[in-house]
Parts: sequence; C-alpha cells; structure tokens
Amino acid sequence: MIKVNGRDFEWQEGLTVAKLLEKKRYTYPKIIVKVNERLINKQQYVSTVIYDGDDVKVIHLLAGG
Amino acid sequence: MNAKEVLKGHKSLAEFRYELGQVEKGYTNRSLYINLSDNKVESKPVTDMMKEKFTGGKGFGLWYLWNAVRPETKWNDPENEIVISSGPLGGITQYPGSGKSLVVTISPLTGLVIDSNVGGYFGPLLKFAGWDALEVQGKAEKDVVIFIDGNEGTVKIEETPIEEKDGHQIGEMLTEMYAESEDDKRNISVVTAGSAGEHTLIGLLNFTFYDVRRKVVRLKQAGRGGIGTVFKDKNIKALVVRFRGVKGDLNHPSDISRINKAGVRLHKEICKFDDVQNKMRQIGTANIIEVMDEYDLLPVHNYKYGSHPDTYKIASNVFIEKYITQGKPDGCWYGCSLSCAKAADHFEIKTGPYRGQFVTVDGPEYENAAGLGANCGIFDPQYILESNFYCDTYGVDTISFGTITAFAMECYENGIINKEITGGLELNFGNAEAAMELLHQMSRGEGFGLIAGQGIRRMKRLFVEAYGADPKFLQDIGMEQKGLEYSEYLPKESLAQQGGYGLTNKGPQHDEAWLIFMDMVNNQIPTFEDKAEALHYFPMFRTWFGLNGLCKLPWNDIVPESNSSALEPAKIPEHVQNYVDLFNGVTGRVIDKEELIRQSERVYNFQRVFNIRMGHGKREDDKIPYRSAGPVTVEEYESRRERYDQQLIELLGYNPEGRTTEEKIAVLRRHREDQYEKLIDAVYARRGWNNNGIPKINTLEMLGIDLPEVIEAVQPYL
Ligand code: SF4
Repeated sequence: MIKVNGRDFEWQEGLTVAKLLEKKRYTYPKIIVKVNERLINKQQYVSTVIYDGDDVKVIHLLAGG
Repeated sequence: MNAKEVLKGHKSLAEFRYELGQVEKGYTNRSLYINLSDNKVESKPVTDMMKEKFTGGKGFGLWYLWNAVRPETKWNDPENEIVISSGPLGGITQYPGSGKSLVVTISPLTGLVIDSNVGGYFGPLLKFAGWDALEVQGKAEKDVVIFIDGNEGTVKIEETPIEEKDGHQIGEMLTEMYAESEDDKRNISVVTAGSAGEHTLIGLLNFTFYDVRRKVVRLKQAGRGGIGTVFKDKNIKALVVRFRGVKGDLNHPSDISRINKAGVRLHKEICKFDDVQNKMRQIGTANIIEVMDEYDLLPVHNYKYGSHPDTYKIASNVFIEKYITQGKPDGCWYGCSLSCAKAADHFEIKTGPYRGQFVTVDGPEYENAAGLGANCGIFDPQYILESNFYCDTYGVDTISFGTITAFAMECYENGIINKEITGGLELNFGNAEAAMELLHQMSRGEGFGLIAGQGIRRMKRLFVEAYGADPKFLQDIGMEQKGLEYSEYLPKESLAQQGGYGLTNKGPQHDEAWLIFMDMVNNQIPTFEDKAEALHYFPMFRTWFGLNGLCKLPWNDIVPESNSSALEPAKIPEHVQNYVDLFNGVTGRVIDKEELIRQSERVYNFQRVFNIRMGHGKREDDKIPYRSAGPVTVEEYESRRERYDQQLIELLGYNPEGRTTEEKIAVLRRHREDQYEKLIDAVYARRGWNNNGIPKINTLEMLGIDLPEVIEAVQPYL
C-alpha cells in the first residue's frame, strides 16, 4: 500500500510515477509530483520507481474556474 | 438607414458639461450620477472614506447601491441602480488583465446584490473620460442612449429611435454612430442588453470593444443575475463612452517602474509557459472541457454525472481545429498577453432571425461548452457556438440558460412537464433543436421560453402549483441557490466546493472559490478547519480583483517556475506579490499581502450585511440543493456505485451488502448533509460570523467597516 495525496492506494511491483499517473487518470498537465517529499521532474516520471510504503503527492495546480 | 442618419433622429433630453480633469494615482476622485426619471446628471465626489473602506470597483458599486435602495426595494423599482466602475488599477496597460468593469445592481433573480466582472473597454475608458464610477438610477420614459464624451467633456441623454434590439446589432451601430472615423472606433465602448432582456429575468449586458484586426465589434458579457433585465426595465438602449488617447501612464501611478517590472515578469512567464500549461492564448478557458470530463467534474444531464463518452466531440481541439481563428491572440484590454478572448470568425448561423448570416462568435468559454452542451446532453460544437452567439446577442446569460434548460429537460424526461406544457418542445436531453427554439422564444417573448426565462426558482414554484410536481424532488434537482442558477462544475465529490458555491454572497457562481482540485484531488484541505480556511482566503483574495478592475485569469491560469517549491502553491505567492506591487505602485499606498485580504474582507462583509438588510444573508439562505452534494436518484447512485459503496464502508462503517439503492442513498445523504452543516459552522467561525451567518460586531469593528448603518442592519440578529 502507498499513499497518494494522503489516501491509501494499492501498490504493485514495478510501479513508476508515470504508471501511477496513468492508473489514477491524472492527465492534467500542470502538476507537481513529490515522492517522500522529493520533487520529481517531468523527465523522470518514467524512470522513478515507487516502492511499497512510499508517500506520493500529485498536486494539481488547477485553482481554476 | 446608416448610423449617422439615425443619430440625426436622436432627441436630446439633457446635456451636461464637465471639466476633464485627470486620473491621479488610479482615481479620478469623482463619479457620474445620472437619474433617468428626471434626466438629472451630476458629479459626485469620491471620498477618502470610500477609497479606504471600499477600494473601488465593486466596492464603490456596493456603497452607492446601499445608499440608493431601501430594504424593500425590488429590482424594477426606479431607485434600483446599475453601477459600473473599474477600480484603481483598471486601465493600466503594463500588467495583463487590467481592463475589467464591475457591474452591480439588485438582481431580479435573487432580490440581492448581484455583481459581475466583465471585459470590454467601458470601465477603463469611463475612468479616462473622468469618472471612477457611473451610477444610473431612475427609469426613462422611452429608449435612451447615454453618451459620455471623454475628450469633449460632455454627457448626453438622448432619446433614440433605434429599433434594433440585439446586442451585436446595437454594438455595431452605436460604434459606427459615435466614432468620428474608422480609426476612432477603438476609442468607443458600448454597453447594451438584448431582446430577451425584455422577456426574461436572465438578461445580460454586453460590453464592447472594437477589434481593429478583425474590424468587428466584440462583445464581452456581464452575465450573471439578470443585470440586462434591469437595464431594459430602465429603458436604456445603450451606454456609450468615447475616449481617445489611451496610453500606459494615464492612471498617473505613484511609481511606474514598479508596475513595469511586475508586468515584464508576467509577460515573460506567459511567453515561456503558456504553451505547456493552459494554452490560454490558443483556446482560452475552453481548455478545461476535457480535463473536467476526465476528473468526473463536467456537469452532464443536469449535474447527474461528471463525464460522458461523447465529450470528445466538444473537446477544445475540436474548436481549435474547426472553428476558432488561429494565429490571432486576443486580448480584451490593451496589454493582456494572456489574451484568452477567442472568436470563431465567419461562422454561419443556421437558425433564427440571423439564419444565413456569417458572424463572429466570441468564445466558447468553458462555461458555455459545459452548460449549453454537456449539461443538456448536447455534444454538438455547431449548436454550442450558435447558441452562444444567440445568448450573447439576445442578451441571455449562457450559464443560467444552460442550467435552466438542463433542469427543464430532466423535468420533461420525468413527466413533470410534457409537450402540452412546453408548447410542443420535446425537451429530452440531447435535443439541440428544442433547446435552440427555447432560446428563440426567450427573445420573442413567447411560449415556454417565457416560463424558462423566469429562472429555476420560479419554475419550481410553478411546476408544483400548476402541475402538481413533488416539491422535494424539484428542490433536490433544481440547481439554483438564492435564486441564481449554478455555474458549470459538478461539486458532488468536493465538500469544499459545495461550500464554494453555497456560501457565496451572490449565489452559486464559482468566481468566489474554486476548490475542487485542492479538495477532491489533491486532498490538501482534509479537515473542516482547512476547508474553512480555504473558504475564507480564496473568496477574499478573489474579491480583490473586483475591487481593482482586474481579471482573475492571469493570477492562476499561468504559473511561475517558483511555484513548484512554494509553501502554498495554490495561492501562487509570486503573483500575489505582483498584485501588492501593482497596488502600491499605482496608488502610492503601502499595503502588504495581509492588508490586501483585509481590503476584500471589508467589502465582502459589507455585501453580506447588505444581503441581511435585504432580508436574506442568513444560514437558511446558504442551504444547497442535494444534487450538488450527492446522488438524488437511483440511476445516479448506480452510475458510480463502486465509489459510493466504498464511501459507505470507509467513512461510515456501513455495509452496503444486501441493501437497496434507496437505502444506500438515504444513508449517504444523511452523512453528506451533516458534513455540509459542519462545514458551515467552521466557515462562519473563520469568517467571524455567528452561527446564523451574521457578521459579529467585533468582526466589523476589526475590519473598520462598523459604520452606524451597518451595525444597525446586523444588530437585530445578534
Ligand atoms: S486573460 Fe482573457 S479575459 Fe482576462 S483580461 Fe486577458 S484576454 Fe481578457
């Protein structure tokens, strides 16, 4: 189990930031991703592996409307 | 007849001459007062008290209106006013989004103050013509045009024989009429309503600017709350201002270099990031149609659902590729490099009185595509653009029209109303033809259009009284609050946004607070206190745009690099600092980001007290229809069953196994309604209001808005 934005989310072997965004259907372009408080750049989404127990934040910058 | 000929037929009712003067640190220090009942025109001083307590823009509008009306005043009483004012930063050209006008009046829909923030050149040109605000009271006997000539120093009230009734025609005609040459057209701005303003309560105002590249008059809308209906009721055909000579330093700012620096910073950001962020320059606000669909937030079928398989048909790329003219970034005031104003040129109209004509349609904005389209189950870009055109030119608020039509469609599909009642209109979801005809009826003042034009609150009453509808069901599905129709976001899964809509002053328009992503997706405000803090900060911060003549979009539709490491990224701290710099740079005053919020708080609390004075503004007025908080019907619950069942287990420890959908709906409803009440408690406490939503005396004192008449209005409820 990992945390995504403070909520539980099922972890799977081989999970990366890119795969997580896909699973959560987080398609919005203006996001900030942090894994255990470490900022992940867009170029590293595919290569950044998420481990069981990690705390992931995907902050959408849509203050919108 | 050409426009100049028509002008000869104008009959002068009053002419007022004034000294031109100049703007000092953002203010002209006077307002123009016009009473159409006796054609009185006068200049009123803008006092230091007004600047200190109300800042400008909407603040000035509220103050003038407060002094003009009584608690009993109805929207169509002559003492009701329409006040238009930009604000001290309005008209600067260095910083994107600085040309807005704020309009304030008593709304026919809500009986409360409605305020609207609109583009077009009127507000800034009015200021450069010598006036911080325009206050129009009384009613003319016959149609009049009010013409303010900011170069000659004259104000004229003229009776007009113009027969045209629709926004785009009157806008074109009066621009032609009052411009001295083709080149002078850019110096004209016209305010006008449309034909539907006569027959409905959802009339809007169009504010024009002349697009020199396209050589057409463009329309921007003060949409919400029926301001155009009030305008028509006063027999105003149009307001026209002319001012030649706009340049960057006309506000005579205290420190122009500070403004320049902030402007350069933002221009660079826009240039560097807009293409990878929101593409505002390509498509404007419509970029979020598909985003809302992806996140289950796009209102579909009267807010039953948040997405639809056909959304791709009205996604932003469809408008970009097929309709919107490319390569012409559009700004609605000089210097706006975010330039989100978009238009479909040479668009052929297929129905109604302008059938066969090729027109320029402004938009579509997100709200239009969502409200006219998805919410009514119409996934047809041609319909969206055409109904957008007709809404604007007839002077109908697209948001109210979309939400009303969606409501009527659900009532129709449930057999609450039928073909007999609608006069033959088959108002099923997805029926574009029927929806279009409904709109034409509003313009002609005929048939079911007359009923729908009264707004959802009055429709509900009629359906119950005349057709025996179940009042509880209509209360649940009729998406209005305080009498105003909801704007186009689905707030079911975001408690904070339910408050963002429900705890507003004017009714459920999202311009006070848009917290869906912070709350539902990012989970950044998990506790009631967090949500209350957001429902304090954001409405206050956003109110500030309306005090200063600013557009909200350049605040958060472009994000600086520094934001990824900012402590509170949702506030876009670097941009907040820009606004502090702009205010200080223009006015010479010294505020910080805390005082910026206090400026808004003063006006925000004043508006709440205004509502209280008008007999509302209390806890019971902040109730919301259940459709905005959770699933009302079985089909709604079933469509997201997994989600709701999961919530019952996780949040309530309730086992949904073996329960009927009705039982589950009832349990979920009790929980969600209870959450909303708890949210209200927290928000009122944070805003310094009592449990009934009344601002406490010490809150008013602390803010310095404890004027005797303000205290008098709240005292009976404390
Ligand atoms: S961002 Fe768009 S709406 Fe705002 S001022 Fe610029 S062009 Fe106008």
